[in-house]
Amino acid sequence: MSLETNMLTYAQRSRIDKALRGCTIVATAIAIVPLVLIIAYVLIIGGGALNRDFFTQTYRPPVPVGVDPITGLPVEGMEEGDLFQVQARGGVLHGIVGTLMVTITALLFSLPIGVLAGIFLAEYPDTPLNTFIRFCSDVLSGAPSIVIGVVGFTLIVKQMGTYSGIAGAIALTFLMVPTIARTTEEILKLVPNAVREAAMAMGAPMWYSTLTVVVPTALTGIVTGALLAFARGAGETAPLLLTIQGNSNLSFNMFAPMAALPILTYKYIESPFPAENQLAWGTAFVLMMLVLGINLLVRATTARIKR
Amino acid sequence: MAEVKAVPRITASSRWARRTRHGDVFFWLLTLLFALMIIGLVVAVGIVTYNGSAGVRAEYGWSFLWGTDWNPIETELYPVSFGAWPAIRGTLLSSLIALILAAPTGVAIGIFLSELCPLRLRQPLGVMVELLAAIPSVIYGLWGVAVFANWFNDWVANPIANTVGQYVPWLAGPVAVSRGLAITGTILAIMILPTVSAITRDVLQAVPSHQREAMFSLGATRWEVIWGAVVPYARAGIVGGIMLGLGRALGETMAATMLIGNSTRIEQSLFAPATTAAALIASELPNAQIPLHESSLIGLALALFGITLILNLIARYLVWQTSRGPAGEKV
Amino acid sequence: MAVATPPRSATQTAHSMTVRGLKPFYGKRLAVQALDLDVRPNQILALIGPSGCGKSTVLRCLNRMHELIPYAHAEGEVKLDDINIYAPGVDPTLVRRKIGMVFQLPIALRTRNIYENVAVGLRLGGVKNKAELDARVEKALRDANLWDEVKDKLELSGMALSGGQQQRLSIARTIAVEPDVILFDEPCSALDPISTLKIEELLLSLRQRYTIVIVTHNMQQAARISDRTAVFMVEKTDDIPIGVLVEEGPTEQIFSNPKDPRTEDYITGRVG
Repeated sequence: MSLETNMLTYAQRSRIDKALRGCTIVATAIAIVPLVLIIAYVLIIGGGALNRDFFTQTYRPPVPVGVDPITGLPVEGMEEGDLFQVQARGGVLHGIVGTLMVTITALLFSLPIGVLAGIFLAEYPDTPLNTFIRFCSDVLSGAPSIVIGVVGFTLIVKQMGTYSGIAGAIALTFLMVPTIARTTEEILKLVPNAVREAAMAMGAPMWYSTLTVVVPTALTGIVTGALLAFARGAGETAPLLLTIQGNSNLSFNMFAPMAALPILTYKYIESPFPAENQLAWGTAFVLMMLVLGINLLVRATTARIKR
Repeated sequence: MAEVKAVPRITASSRWARRTRHGDVFFWLLTLLFALMIIGLVVAVGIVTYNGSAGVRAEYGWSFLWGTDWNPIETELYPVSFGAWPAIRGTLLSSLIALILAAPTGVAIGIFLSELCPLRLRQPLGVMVELLAAIPSVIYGLWGVAVFANWFNDWVANPIANTVGQYVPWLAGPVAVSRGLAITGTILAIMILPTVSAITRDVLQAVPSHQREAMFSLGATRWEVIWGAVVPYARAGIVGGIMLGLGRALGETMAATMLIGNSTRIEQSLFAPATTAAALIASELPNAQIPLHESSLIGLALALFGITLILNLIARYLVWQTSRGPAGEKV
Repeated sequence: MAVATPPRSATQTAHSMTVRGLKPFYGKRLAVQALDLDVRPNQILALIGPSGCGKSTVLRCLNRMHELIPYAHAEGEVKLDDINIYAPGVDPTLVRRKIGMVFQLPIALRTRNIYENVAVGLRLGGVKNKAELDARVEKALRDANLWDEVKDKLELSGMALSGGQQQRLSIARTIAVEPDVILFDEPCSALDPISTLKIEELLLSLRQRYTIVIVTHNMQQAARISDRTAVFMVEKTDDIPIGVLVEEGPTEQIFSNPKDPRTEDYITGRVG
């Protein structure tokens, strides 16, 4: 190969190299823009919507500033813009209560299933059954959440004859179990075999050593799994629309319709009243903080465990 | 005990052989029982959607899937009819738009994160990508409706409809205000981008470094190493990542419900309102009055579940196969 | 880029390398004390020493592969003939094309068949003509003593070959682009004795046309095939291990009459 042609093709190759490497940087930059914008909007608008009422009040029917609350007639000297200014904005306490009650109940359902299934996957690995269970777990976590909502709707709402918090909790269980099982399995596998063997060497049966030595060692991991599942459950909207429906009042009754934060985000953003749009951004802010906070916390702890 | 001994793990089975305490058998059965419940949950989803859609399958059979009329309420002009095609078409088209936008971008980001990114940035960018995948979809939908829709109309939809759209029917106006297939697909693309990039990055990082070194030692440029050795090695895994992203786009409900316009009329233009299977279920199932309507919506859920199950099956296999790294196969 | 390629007349086939004051770093840690080394044309130079002495690091500095490791860099001067490959503006890509490398693990590029495993370097260099490719792939495989074993299965994946065959495939891939110098990084340490023997024969025959540097932890191997040998040791200052070039000379002299007592300790098996 003569030197000259080599140099020529090399110059071309070098240009191609630079151009395509540049493309990946541009792609990353372009992708970061909307993602950063989403976070920024939620932080700024949503953060601005927070005040004491937001956390302590429930839904207030939007009575425009320009209207007398008792007679419902326009007050003297009102301007057109006043029709969209609400006198009192209300808050989302009912949504916070609903999200907490439904998600925590779902956690109570899914923790035993997830943790024990995770123990099974970690302690008796590599059987065909094990592979199949892991696949089913992947199917559940990959299934569209609306399908899970349909199941909750048909199985519970139709049978009970009413939307209810408990139906929402059962639907969320479907989505949270795989997260807990997967995290438990992964964390248990990080527990050194020496720990198990130390317990076995003292003559403890396997179940005893698993429950008294292995699981406590892995407890942080199991808690992080529960937290991750909680974060996932709290952000789900579609299954809740079909199971708990939403409720404008503060309700603690798990057998009646309940509110939830993501449902409020969805409903309030469609409202013509800016004040209710504000509430939508506010709930989005709370949800995002919850999800990002839990994920960052989990990341920090797992990094510590692995070390 | 015989079946217990069959657990093929050396440490565990020798323990089992040594110890015949009842507690161990009980513990095994207990954990097995709960593990089986995971299978039970999947089976429950299958049975409930299958049984629930018995009505529509008896009425239409397979033709339900390509029936073009969706009229849950009888009017003088239109009889009651349930055809899933408007929803299926909307689902496929919006996911296709998302895929076209997100697949190349996501793969490029994955390549950047795994191969080119300065080390100092790698960790923070990687964490950011993973966090973005965890943000609830209702927040993407919220931003799409409240912020992005206006920009999209002003800078993308209207300019295209007024120029190219004059000649190309499927890009024609009038542009529905803040609603339609195109904007839904774009938001879905933003949503699945973290999934595609994170998996691409993971499978690329699983490529053994000696494959890169062999190319470098021949005098390959960085891009030639990436495109000639690293990406081909991880090809199956990258495809798997894209398919997982596609699965997420197909089943996404909130962003679609908020942005697609919920119209069961089939219109040619991508800027017109449409619907997706998930959006149709979410908006109509709570209000379905007649059994056939309800059954049709559950039938859509069954179709959605079936599609995502198959996609997941293939995708997980591809990702798993790539990270495992086979040997000695024919190219 | 113009400075990147060493001048090469049509008749010149022998290439030498000159190392002056080379200091390889991992982050801020100096891995090997500054060293000078001469690689003579058409000879085999063996780098030996206990593990952790930095011999592979030094080898990887000779074609700028070292800097591909995160946070690693090297200082000093390494000349191929009379071009300093560490001079500013020299493109490491071109350096690696002139100074090829064969690694410890046999590497078949997984997504390419046997033919393409050898042709890949030629294609990078812009060879498109099918007949020329065929001829040069066959020549490289013959030179690597692999042609007879694979000529009927060029379409099979390189992963289908045995370890020893894969290593010869790696050598064929390297010599196909006709570099000036070839670096071998413990090429036989993952192979069985018979494959090792075949590679050693191959190295001796390649010496006719290439200048070769080989890292090996096998002293017998160094004694069998090399013309000159450089001995490295690990020394500890403040508990931080650092590699040191102890002695360099004709292989015969190193093994029969070492000047440095540390070399003697090492080759008689008292250390390392």
